[in-house]
Amino acid sequence: MAGCARIGENTMETRKPYEQTYYPPVPTKLTKFFRTNIFYQFFRFVVLNIKMLRMVRKH
Amino acid sequence: MNPFLYRRITTLCNCALLCSLLLKFYTVALDKIFQTCFNKSGLQNMARLLILGAGIAGQTAALHARKRLGRGHEVVVVSPNSKWNWIPSNIWVGTGYLKPEQVVFPLAPVYQKTGIIFHQAKAVSIHPEGDSGSATPFVTIEHTSESKSGQSENVYYDYLINATGPKLNFSATKGLGPDGNSLSVCTYLHAGETAKALQSLVQKMKKGEKQTLIIGTGHGNCTCQGAAFEYLFNVEHELRRQEVREKAKIIWISNEQELGDFGIGGMHISRGGYITHSKIFTESLYTERGIEWITRAHVKEVTKNEISYETIEGEEKTVQHDFAMLLPPFSGVGLKAFRKDGTEITTDLFAPNSFMKVDADYSAKAYADWRPEDWPKTYQSPLYKNIFAVGIAFAPPHAISKPMFSPNKTPIFPTPPRTGMPSGVMARQVAFNITDMMNGKAEAPKRHASMANMGAACIASAGANFFNGTAVSMTMFPIIPDFGKYPDTGRDLQYTSGEIGLAGHWIKHFLHYAFIYKAKANPLWRVVPE
Ligand SMILES: Cc1cc2nc3c(=O)[nH]c(=O)nc-3n(C[C@H](O)[C@H](O)[C@H](O)COP(=O)(O)OP(=O)(O)OC[C@H]3O[C@@H](n4cnc5c(N)ncnc54)[C@H](O)[C@@H]3O)c2cc1C
Repeated sequence: MAGCARIGENTMETRKPYEQTYYPPVPTKLTKFFRTNIFYQFFRFVVLNIKMLRMVRKH
Repeated sequence: MNPFLYRRITTLCNCALLCSLLLKFYTVALDKIFQTCFNKSGLQNMARLLILGAGIAGQTAALHARKRLGRGHEVVVVSPNSKWNWIPSNIWVGTGYLKPEQVVFPLAPVYQKTGIIFHQAKAVSIHPEGDSGSATPFVTIEHTSESKSGQSENVYYDYLINATGPKLNFSATKGLGPDGNSLSVCTYLHAGETAKALQSLVQKMKKGEKQTLIIGTGHGNCTCQGAAFEYLFNVEHELRRQEVREKAKIIWISNEQELGDFGIGGMHISRGGYITHSKIFTESLYTERGIEWITRAHVKEVTKNEISYETIEGEEKTVQHDFAMLLPPFSGVGLKAFRKDGTEITTDLFAPNSFMKVDADYSAKAYADWRPEDWPKTYQSPLYKNIFAVGIAFAPPHAISKPMFSPNKTPIFPTPPRTGMPSGVMARQVAFNITDMMNGKAEAPKRHASMANMGAACIASAGANFFNGTAVSMTMFPIIPDFGKYPDTGRDLQYTSGEIGLAGHWIKHFLHYAFIYKAKANPLWRVVPE
């Protein structure tokens, strides 16, 4: 079973090749910042609502 | 203008207005008197719509039907619980973010206000041809309210909607469930208990003890992986909030072949110049949050500290735990059906998993032969045209994810989810079809609500907090992949999307209030979409 590797704990001991957590893409600091940035997320809030309404209208 | 002529015209207009108001008043009054005198005494064609279940589907159908039917027709709801539960928010009850009473409200006042007749009872059997005494179809119910507990009654119907949802089949796996050795968030009461268990685990971690938490599916045939996924990430978020994350080893266990399958075979989205499968995004999230995963697993037994499971390769394995929240497999609630002469016809009306057969193609087919047209459109029973089943209660024709079996022939793949949005949409369409037939506007169901022609929007919470919470917001179209129309991915990439962020959490929170508002039939409730 894979080691419990997280970004920031990226040592040779925790990130072993051939284990499941070695391969997936992980977000950069900037990506993570935008995920909870109030201004950017307010914009996404509007976009997501439009996307969902479009979906609702489709049926 | 001549003042005399002006006064004449004004007087005439006022008279016309008064006359039309009086006429309107008399028409409404006459209509009411007519309905009271004739319909209720049975001289006119009063009809009764009986709805079994007051969950997402049952409540949607009941409110729409009541709105569209004149008072001369009756809408009757039978449901064993006195309260309505917004089930998606049970996840937040399970971490302690919400209290159980914040996700429920009593049904009786809502039904009183809207003119819906309510029996707090569970349906036991359907008699679609009546019995030897009468040809009127009826359902036998058993009351569950304190005052009438255990009493049986026959409720007659003209049209029937089965919206009884799932039976939480914990007994399918040894030791599974709150009466055994694992926890659940499927009901608000289960979730309340799970929150207590989580908090006592946190206390142990605060004292320095390391703990292993296992979250996922408790059987090879489970569905609703999305709910377990939400709980997983909410627990992880809660442990970080309580500053004990480093003391916890969190493991996901599931019957999916790959992460991100969610019982719908996963989905592809277009992002960053690539068309990428949800597996990649899901693995990324698990890695980022330090969560290990076991997939392709059929949990066979849960003991106090150990989970035994069979892998798709047929190996028997075990994993230790201090806390296990595992979803049960679902089946139908076990309604029986009888002919007029008392012959049992349960297997004619219901599939082997106890879900009700509707207008789907149930012929056994290989995965390669599955077609979008296999999925039901009107949810009408092929045997009795006045019976319908919506939400989780209808029997899907087959899975959506590819069926996989271990060498021991153990099925290890998700059964198809029927989430809130499709359940609500199909319930509304069925209610519209039935009310059209009751109002004499149609002879057969005209509106369709096939999951193969329907999209879904789903917000999966990944941590609840107004400033640093996140949720995955997904949209997809259609729910059932259509490789004829969309040969590469089975879905329309313009309408299929996914992203994680705080905005998703705000939407999820907003939906919590919006859907409870709607289910209470508060003013303008119809503005809130299903
Ligand atoms: C923990 C959890 C989280 C979820 N989160 C989401 C989410 O975020 N988004 C989403 O879209 N979906 C979510 N779902 C799925 C969603 O809850 C279901 O799709 C939805 O509840 C299905 O509606 P339903 O009306 O068919 O069944 P239910 O809502 O389960 O309603 C069934 C009703 O039938 C009643 N009943 C049972 N037996 C009988 C009987 N014998 N006679 C009469 N009545 C009976 C029950 O008391 C209940 O009122 C989640 C599910 C779970 C378990």
